[in-house]
Amino acid sequence: MSGYGKPVPPATKDSEAYWAATRDHRLLLQRCKQCQAYQFYPRVVCTRCLSTDLEWQESSGVGEVYTFSGVYRAPSKEFEGDVPYAVAIVELPEGVRLLSQIVGCPVDGVRIGMKVRVVFEDMGEAGALPKFAPA
Amino acid sequence: MEARLSKQVAIVDIGETPVGKVPELGSLQLYGLAIKAALEDAGLHKEDIDGLLTAQSMAEHYSRQCLAVMEYLQLEVRYASTSLLGGASHCSQVGLAALLISSGVCETVVVAAADNILTGLSRDAAVREMAANRHPQYEIPYGVPVPTGYALVAKRHMHEYGTTGEQLAAVAMAMRKHAGLNPAAHKRDPITIDDVLKSRMISSPLHLLDCSLVSDGGAALILTSAERARELRKAPVYVHGFGEAYSHDNVSQAGSFTAFASRASGEQAFSMAGLSPKDVDVAMLYDSFTITVLIQLEDLGFCPKGEAGPFVQEGRIELNGALPVNPHGGLLSHAHPGYPGGIFHLTEAVRQLRGEAGPRQVADAEVALVNGIGGIFSSHATVLLGKAKP
Repeated sequence: MSGYGKPVPPATKDSEAYWAATRDHRLLLQRCKQCQAYQFYPRVVCTRCLSTDLEWQESSGVGEVYTFSGVYRAPSKEFEGDVPYAVAIVELPEGVRLLSQIVGCPVDGVRIGMKVRVVFEDMGEAGALPKFAPA
Repeated sequence: MEARLSKQVAIVDIGETPVGKVPELGSLQLYGLAIKAALEDAGLHKEDIDGLLTAQSMAEHYSRQCLAVMEYLQLEVRYASTSLLGGASHCSQVGLAALLISSGVCETVVVAAADNILTGLSRDAAVREMAANRHPQYEIPYGVPVPTGYALVAKRHMHEYGTTGEQLAAVAMAMRKHAGLNPAAHKRDPITIDDVLKSRMISSPLHLLDCSLVSDGGAALILTSAERARELRKAPVYVHGFGEAYSHDNVSQAGSFTAFASRASGEQAFSMAGLSPKDVDVAMLYDSFTITVLIQLEDLGFCPKGEAGPFVQEGRIELNGALPVNPHGGLLSHAHPGYPGGIFHLTEAVRQLRGEAGPRQVADAEVALVNGIGGIFSSHATVLLGKAKP
């Protein structure tokens, strides 16, 4: 099996369901049944009301670029082949933001406010890494 | 209830090692020589030290860094601690030293930091080590080097306020100008705005010259009560106020990408000191990147939010400007040994208030603000120092 080659996310007890769903190319967000707040990243408690009554909801994955940067010097060898690539903070309609990459368009074509849709990059056993492409 | 020190506390000694490329010394050796230099500065003996506060090391990992330094120098202390707040560590530890002295737990506390990330690590290893501090699940898989964390902030600041690459470059140019007057600085050749903008792109919009150096070096400060300071050689520099605040741990969890907890840490320090931004004669701002300086100018109240871009133009932050920033050249041009970077902002502030800064002396410097930031705008600590007693 040809290796994915990049650092994979080490799932924790509170994120196992998140990463498992990425294998099916689904983006799950945690929502508190008590106070209705969405949160990212997933945790064992709701950060707003500390309830442990949390559920997973599938997100449309359609969001907006909040900010971004084109990486021209890789943090480690594994990413050198990808340079330049765009790292971004994407805001989802559920009101959460996550750090990801913008793919499917040149780095200098990314804009703050750009509409994007989640895509998944398979990592093998660890799941699929959510990235975003122009919607 | 307002936070107050019950005793006046002062910095009485400072010591620095050579900085830049120092291949013959590792982290512990640099700690040893910095603390020795500090003790010799005001005529104290190592037996006088009863508190030891250190930073971490990237080039040489010690599980209990403060104890590694204590053992290396055979010090006997009542209190020892290693700060994990990155660039905010040193200002945070000045506050902690003041609390230890004020409460009577300690009499004489050393705040020290030293590392050799230039000659002790390859460039790739240094970049890798720093990138490893990102969130293992939600950041590292995406390949986020340290400059990118700051670049995300710069891009957003440009979007919200119209800040330009030229304005960011003005910070780098000013730091290099100051370093030109500092024989100890790692990089001293003058650079222009154009040089900065033409330097290699690291993570847009930040170019190579928008980013701090990778250096070897270390420094130490010694604090004691104002009463004890009277018996010592050099003019004490008094701690008027300090504060500490935290925005987040990982930048991907930041609430705002243009304003951070330096505002809260600054407010605490100003409130404790009974001072305001207009009282500050010299500002020592954590210049890990050019954008970091702009954010602090706003958050600390030197200019309104969004206006730091125009503020840094026309020489305003240069030596003869309205608010001199980092007369020693900062992390951008004097030295940045990684975890220890911010300690030189403190030693330079002391030098300025003692009137010992020679050609880079800020005239009539009475009050200095020192700000440290760790992580990616994660931890923030502010210290206000004064020539006069609080």
